[in-house]
Amino acid sequence: MDKFWHSVRLDESLCEGCFNCIKHCPTQAIRVRNKKARINSEFCIDCGECIRICPHHAKIAQTDTLEHALGDRKYNVVMPAPSLYGQFNNLDDVNIVLNALKHMGFDDVYEVGAAAEIVSELSREYIASHPKQYPLISTACPSIVRLIRVRFPNLIDHLMPLLPPIEVAAKLAVKKAMQDSGLSREEIGITFITPCPSKVAYVNSPLGLEKSNVDYAVAIKDVYPILLPHMKAVNQQKDMEDIVISGKIGVSWGRSGGEAGGLFTDDYLAADGIRNVIRVLEDMEDEKLENLKFVELNACDGGCVGGVLQVENPYVAAVKLMRLRKYMPVARAHADNAEARAAVPWERHVDYEPVYNLGNSMMESFSRLNQVERLLKKLPGLDCGSCGAPTCRCLAEDIVRGQATETDCVYYLKENLHKLSQEVATLSEDIGKEKNGEETLCMLRQYMERIREEMSELDNKEAESKHNDSTRPD
Amino acid sequence: MPEEITLSYDVRKDDFTRAGEASADVKLKLKQMGVNPEAVRKVAIAMYEGEINMVIHANGGKITVAISPEKIHMVLADVGPGIEDIEKAMQPGYSTAPEEIRNLGFGAGMGLPNMKKYTDYMHIDTEIGVGTTITMEVKI
Repeated sequence: MDKFWHSVRLDESLCEGCFNCIKHCPTQAIRVRNKKARINSEFCIDCGECIRICPHHAKIAQTDTLEHALGDRKYNVVMPAPSLYGQFNNLDDVNIVLNALKHMGFDDVYEVGAAAEIVSELSREYIASHPKQYPLISTACPSIVRLIRVRFPNLIDHLMPLLPPIEVAAKLAVKKAMQDSGLSREEIGITFITPCPSKVAYVNSPLGLEKSNVDYAVAIKDVYPILLPHMKAVNQQKDMEDIVISGKIGVSWGRSGGEAGGLFTDDYLAADGIRNVIRVLEDMEDEKLENLKFVELNACDGGCVGGVLQVENPYVAAVKLMRLRKYMPVARAHADNAEARAAVPWERHVDYEPVYNLGNSMMESFSRLNQVERLLKKLPGLDCGSCGAPTCRCLAEDIVRGQATETDCVYYLKENLHKLSQEVATLSEDIGKEKNGEETLCMLRQYMERIREEMSELDNKEAESKHNDSTRPD
Repeated sequence: MPEEITLSYDVRKDDFTRAGEASADVKLKLKQMGVNPEAVRKVAIAMYEGEINMVIHANGGKITVAISPEKIHMVLADVGPGIEDIEKAMQPGYSTAPEEIRNLGFGAGMGLPNMKKYTDYMHIDTEIGVGTTITMEVKI
């Protein structure tokens, strides 16, 4: 399995080659090459920031279709993310959503929120018994785990070695489905309704275990319009089934601070939004955070309600979740049986992936870092993005990695042209004085040829950037 | 033999928002170099402690970092009051930070002890009323 499998992709036909995504990518994973954005697979953490920012909607999240989720297999179980419940106006009973999902064609529903309550319970136990690992970092958001895996090697030992609720839910749903239907595993389909591409990436390339038990990941935004009429239909039925199996804790996982709230401790920090998260991780690495037991980190603003595949404004959705949970019991699901408890721990460790290394050995990396520093003195330091890299530093790194050249920089080219024309002027003077006539004339021709070449390169670049300006939104 | 990579950073008095920028920058470069994570951690913590000391106690100063394939050599030179009693300052928990700084969560008296703890070499040069220069090294 590709450990760098990604849901976030580029639709080339829509990409205009502008600089919006390269500037907003928190891991500097995107470059514009030949007027198209290219995503570096090793740096990308599927946070979806580029999907949010792209004015041409050229960045997409690869997800599964509802047709496959409902049509491929004999018995289909759907697992809604708790944040789904925050997408609807005036929803006062989660049963409406769950029954509507069944009405839509699924054979059974298993709430991720229920599994979240089991994870909360085991998290409390883990925290109580592992003070040496404080602060423990939440592993629920796959983008965060991926980020730590490539950028914060010192924090890997702080990761809470528990599977995310989506995985625990899938494991328990598979077991229940096999019992209820009498079918084999292959005949059962487990579908997660996802708020973000990060979870889709997790399903295809999980962390903490070999292979995910989730078979399909369908976007909330794709399910939403189809689900609404079914919700209306079930709401009119008098004998709606009571099938809710999650409570306050489970539902709260849908927003930032919800997971931490289920731990019954005040010694926690909850940060959301990928840039804020990176700041917290930097501080953690410098051991600036003291007296904390737990750190909850969500890549999206507001937590999962802020997922790029959601419909509702994240802050409105968070309020809706708060209202919805008001009359719920604290928790409905409990880690009270061996099966549930066994479903939670990581099955394998997450290893550091040093993708940011500049070279293959430390000596090579060191000499390349030296080259980067030297190159930076030549580059203009404007971070304009015209070369296709987000900053001059990134361009310098690309150059030493052999993925770009100095002439990708417009300013470098201009500087070169000035130098060449100076040479030409000097040579012409020599000709005037009839010094080494033939030889000088030959050199002059070579210089003129280089000027012509570099001019045309510059022309191309300017045409490109003008083109970009015209497509940039105001 | 490749030459050293020299980096320098200005540290401003009382500018808490910028404190930590230098250590973050060095950290990133060490990671790109493939330096073992433990050494990166040591440098980051020692440098941050030194940087914040310069922000709190000194009138700012300069940090110079020289990276070679064997070690990270850091020189933190400030224009400040100097350290009156180095022995005392090295004791964990001893601090001369004023009340308002302590209220910000700084000044726990762990600065110098931590710098000592996380480095393989540390030397303090100080003169009352002139300033302090701290030299630290972490082996790679």
